[in-house]
Amino acid sequence: MSNKKTKTVKWGEEPKLGMLDALYLPAIVSGLATAVRHAVSGKPTTRQYPEVEPEIPPNYRGVHRLNRDEQGRVKCVACYMCQTACPANCIEIIAAPAPKEDPHWTDRDKYPATFTIDELRCIYCGMCEEACPVDAIELTSVYDLTGLTRKEMIFDKEKLLSVFDETVKTGKDPVRTNRGTLGPASEEAPSGRQGPPPPGRGKHG
Amino acid sequence: MVKVKVNDIEVDAGPKDNCILAARKAGVEIPHYCWHESLSVVASCRMCLVEVGETKPDGTIAMGPKLVPGCQTPIKDGTVIRTDSPKVKAAQQMTLELLLLNHPLDCSICDQAGECYLQDYTYKYGKAHSRLDEPKLQRMDKYHIGDQIALFTDRCVMCTRCVRFTREISGTAELQVVARGSHEEIDVFPEEPCNNKLAGNVVDLCPVGALCSKDFLYKKRVWWLKQAESVCTGCSTGCSISIDQNENKVYRLRPRPNPEAQGHFMCDEGRFGFKYIHDERRLSTPRLSVALASGIESQRKTTSANFAPDLNFADLWPTALTKARQKIQDAIKADPSSFVAVFSPFMTVEEAYLLAKFIKGIHDKARLVLGPVPSVGVDDKYPKGPKGESPADGNVKFTIRAEKCPNRLGVEAVLKHFEGSVVRIESIAQRPNAHAWYIVGGYTSGWVTEAIDKAIGTPSLLIVQDIFPSPLSERADIVLASGSFAERDGTYVNHAGLAQSASAAVRAPGEARADGRILMELAGRTGLFNAMALRKEIGAAIPELSVLGSGDLGDQGVRLVRFAKQATAAAT
Repeated sequence: MSNKKTKTVKWGEEPKLGMLDALYLPAIVSGLATAVRHAVSGKPTTRQYPEVEPEIPPNYRGVHRLNRDEQGRVKCVACYMCQTACPANCIEIIAAPAPKEDPHWTDRDKYPATFTIDELRCIYCGMCEEACPVDAIELTSVYDLTGLTRKEMIFDKEKLLSVFDETVKTGKDPVRTNRGTLGPASEEAPSGRQGPPPPGRGKHG
Repeated sequence: MVKVKVNDIEVDAGPKDNCILAARKAGVEIPHYCWHESLSVVASCRMCLVEVGETKPDGTIAMGPKLVPGCQTPIKDGTVIRTDSPKVKAAQQMTLELLLLNHPLDCSICDQAGECYLQDYTYKYGKAHSRLDEPKLQRMDKYHIGDQIALFTDRCVMCTRCVRFTREISGTAELQVVARGSHEEIDVFPEEPCNNKLAGNVVDLCPVGALCSKDFLYKKRVWWLKQAESVCTGCSTGCSISIDQNENKVYRLRPRPNPEAQGHFMCDEGRFGFKYIHDERRLSTPRLSVALASGIESQRKTTSANFAPDLNFADLWPTALTKARQKIQDAIKADPSSFVAVFSPFMTVEEAYLLAKFIKGIHDKARLVLGPVPSVGVDDKYPKGPKGESPADGNVKFTIRAEKCPNRLGVEAVLKHFEGSVVRIESIAQRPNAHAWYIVGGYTSGWVTEAIDKAIGTPSLLIVQDIFPSPLSERADIVLASGSFAERDGTYVNHAGLAQSASAAVRAPGEARADGRILMELAGRTGLFNAMALRKEIGAAIPELSVLGSGDLGDQGVRLVRFAKQATAAAT
């Protein structure tokens, strides 16, 4: 294992400067040549934003969304893992017992009564997403986040769920998580056999 | 003392210790679920299996052929305990795997996560994953177990600590095991919930998240709670507790094991009785009456006819305290014997000392009296008999005392030193002969009875230091908003003369201050309130409280000399 690791690492060496390179003249000339080439080629490289929106890679870490489960309920189980992991302290959850009198909620014990993220304080590191045991919070590729007041940028549960609805509608699902399937904690144990055994399982574990 | 060897570490253990206690003395942890120091031994969880052997007279060690439960195995001189052999490790792994067979891995929504022995032991001694391919057994949650207790049935590991607690400590025996084998469940009889006055302890006893407190359910994850070691002020038993707070809000109280004070448990009255400290009606700013505040500029609006508008923030307390000090000095100098300071049994020893020294320092004839000592019914002793009767004297395992205040003895010791004898406010209520009063409250609820109200009347000077508004604070000249037990540093002396130190967990609401800080400044002392430094001073000044002289009272507290003599006399 360690052998393989050392082989995959390539150590770079700084190239030695010759007499000509040390003069810097060739570098200046080639730089000027590039500038002149672009000036006369007639091909603009300016991005025409916002008329033309750029293609954002689907693993971009933008605005958060709170996922819904198959029944449309908030998938979050209010375990506070994201709030604990958050290095910027921008997530605030208030948990409550699930409304058991509602027939839709009988299989859930705990849910977030409120869930707020301060999008201005957030540093978009994605730790919340990593920490979530049920894949309820995700960072989407929505990047154009604007608001007129600070208060407007504190997203509550409804707003975060609406980001989910919006991104699902426009097909901008993030790629990192196993979307569409419930995490273990929000899932009712299946009646049949469970999935494949975890990797690395030996004869006696 | 017997000499035993735990994993090659020689240690002196007590003759009545089991293997778990002996190993603990050697600094070795033997994991266990069902065993608890103050409950009987059942050895049912099999988590504490260890290898035990003995040293033969010729020095050779003979290990037993099979593993034995450490909780049930007594020790003798030369006993050898091994907790790290492959055999023991395999047994621990197997036990945990079996316990986890039907345990739902819902740690993310379980309140116990973070202080769960199943999590901790699985991490330390268990396997990383399960080999179970079958579906887990699912069982209904039982919210009907008690008014304060919910049972998440499928998280239970059947250690039966809770069942044994209700049978052996509370004596009420509501909980039981129903069904057999892997269908075993904890349950109550229909319509007979577990609502005894010690019921909250089963939540602490539960090593996993099966029994949860409804009061604390989903309120806070436990890893955010910060603990402060304190003393319950609900009654004169003075249970050692830890106050769990986060962001200046107290979420729960838990008993701290202290064999000197109460043992391992506390009553529900104390456990859930702390809510008043976050009551909105609490006094949160010091106030001066209109007459006293004349000439002091203010930018705030007034909220009461009697009181001047609230003072500016910066000079709020200095103004109130300077006025108070000046008024007290004037009143005492005018007529010392008509000045009465009322001490509350909720004060700490330090606070009582500060106030008494200040008053007596002005004039020796000023009077100090003890305020009302709340008392409800008679001492409630456990375990109860089958018909709810109290146990015989020798068998008492827990007592909820009738005296509902923490520090009568401590305040009395201070009063005796400064006044010569303890005068109760009730005894002077008929003819108080007083024109100026300094009154300390701090009671958990309304304490001003009609008799006291009438006795105090409308004197020429009335200063009230309290946490809740009362008829007295409404007509007082100066109101000093003070702190509850969770906001105070200090010492409490319980019914048996055990002096325990308590530390502050939260800040007082608004601009209220802990009593010690108020009195420090009122007495014109320099520096900050420091309970330890004051204890040293008190220990030197008051012979009855000389044990406080060391300053640090430790986790378990120290007994006053008079009571320590009684305790040794009773023991011999």
